[in-house]
Amino acid sequence: MTATKEPPALTGDISSPPIAPRHRRSSFPVVDLWKSSVGKKWIMGITGIMLMGFVLFHMIGNLKMYLGESHFNEYAEFLRQLLVPIVPATGVLWILRVGLLAAFVLHITCAYQLTRMNRKARPVKYQSPRDYVAVNWAARTMRWSGIIIGLFLLWHLATITWGWANPEFVNGEPYQTITASLHNPIVGGLYILANLALGLHLFHGSWSLFQTLGSLSPRFNPRHNPLRKGFAAGFAIVVAGANITFPIAAMTGVIG
Amino acid sequence: MQLTLKVWRQDNPNDPGRFETYQATDVKDEMSFLEMLDAVNENLIEAGREPIVFDSDCREGICGTCGLMINGQAHGPQKGTTTCQLHMRKFHDGETVTIEPWRAAAFPVVKDLMVDRSAFDAIIQSGGFISADTGAPRDANEILVPKPAADTAMDAAACIGCGACVAACPNGAGQLFTSAKLAHLNLLPQGQAERFKRTEDMVETMELFFGSCTNYGECQEACPKEIPIDFIAMMNRDYLKSKLANRRLSGQKH
Repeated sequence: MTATKEPPALTGDISSPPIAPRHRRSSFPVVDLWKSSVGKKWIMGITGIMLMGFVLFHMIGNLKMYLGESHFNEYAEFLRQLLVPIVPATGVLWILRVGLLAAFVLHITCAYQLTRMNRKARPVKYQSPRDYVAVNWAARTMRWSGIIIGLFLLWHLATITWGWANPEFVNGEPYQTITASLHNPIVGGLYILANLALGLHLFHGSWSLFQTLGSLSPRFNPRHNPLRKGFAAGFAIVVAGANITFPIAAMTGVIG
Repeated sequence: MQLTLKVWRQDNPNDPGRFETYQATDVKDEMSFLEMLDAVNENLIEAGREPIVFDSDCREGICGTCGLMINGQAHGPQKGTTTCQLHMRKFHDGETVTIEPWRAAAFPVVKDLMVDRSAFDAIIQSGGFISADTGAPRDANEILVPKPAADTAMDAAACIGCGACVAACPNGAGQLFTSAKLAHLNLLPQGQAERFKRTEDMVETMELFFGSCTNYGECQEACPKEIPIDFIAMMNRDYLKSKLANRRLSGQKH
């Protein structure tokens, strides 16, 4: 058996119209994965795990808000001083930021390209109402929850990290900035909505990645055990739930 | 029982198509869905009108030729059943039933409810077989197969290639079909020699025609043979492995 440079030629009478071009295989597996939809799903799964790690630790770090201003600000400073003096101040933070940015760009690019491909694969919709049996609302709204999270993230960075157009922003005082911003019911309400979208996105995503990354473990097998659905629900509820308490606490005056 | 049928009529692949309404009278509970359509067609022929074109062959649920979108569900409301094995007792008197063909870019409509599924043939041709050398027949039990592997391979081999998975998938993805055909060979000792070449070739041929998987799970609900999406997970894993395994082999002269 030898591997060939191209998928085998179509023979016989294949009258179905192709929706994608034939790709010549590369010597680098990662290039092939990028050209394949199964490979793009792998990329989405792996970057999804990276982003799940980020939202989990971001939530855990934010719980310091309940310990008071000095604890929270010390934690913020600790992130800037990670591994100093091996690396300069904010060095590790920037490495993490670049990694996260790459994960976001890859995750969103793959989602966009796969969506385009899927639209091409079903050019004529069913003319009668479709009756979906298995798929839940979280899965059907992945694109919308993803867009909401993306837009929220840009606004969150602009107002809290960079302090653009945010009258409450105080440079170097993260506790004061976040509690004063969230005290505004419109801002707090938007944070709650965005986190509900995040919860939905995480619920389908963290279930789905076992499937995409080819988990064959019977423990995570949908036929044998509901563990992975439980993991997905637990992860989504813990992350989004804890995040939602912050604006509520700020609006009711528990913190700030 | 009397039913109102809203049936998709399309004269040829380029015709935009439209729904037409027919009355199915004197429908018996024990009729299959296709027998009910046969009766409607007899009336149409007697009235000098064009009968409704639909695919069917064995009518015992094992050939994979029939397949209709009935009230928005592939093969209709009964789980694990092909259209030919769906009986009219699943419907009630006076009901309106909407019938459409499978819809996917890979399955162009030939006429009315009949679609062209030759994209599935392309996937099978690219690797859905085991290359066998000719010669004297080998002893039947020479290659031992573990019982669980044989059972799981048989679950995958139950696929009849009807296309309900593609029809039910909002993305028009052919993953359940391709993964079932892959698993049925990749789980057995006889399939190991060509395992990763087969996986690479069949997945990449599939991607010429079909969409991608978003893990909705509609396909396994629609599948008349109840093939689980676990096989898609197995295909995803084997595809990644194939990219690494085949690379090691590609250094050899060929």
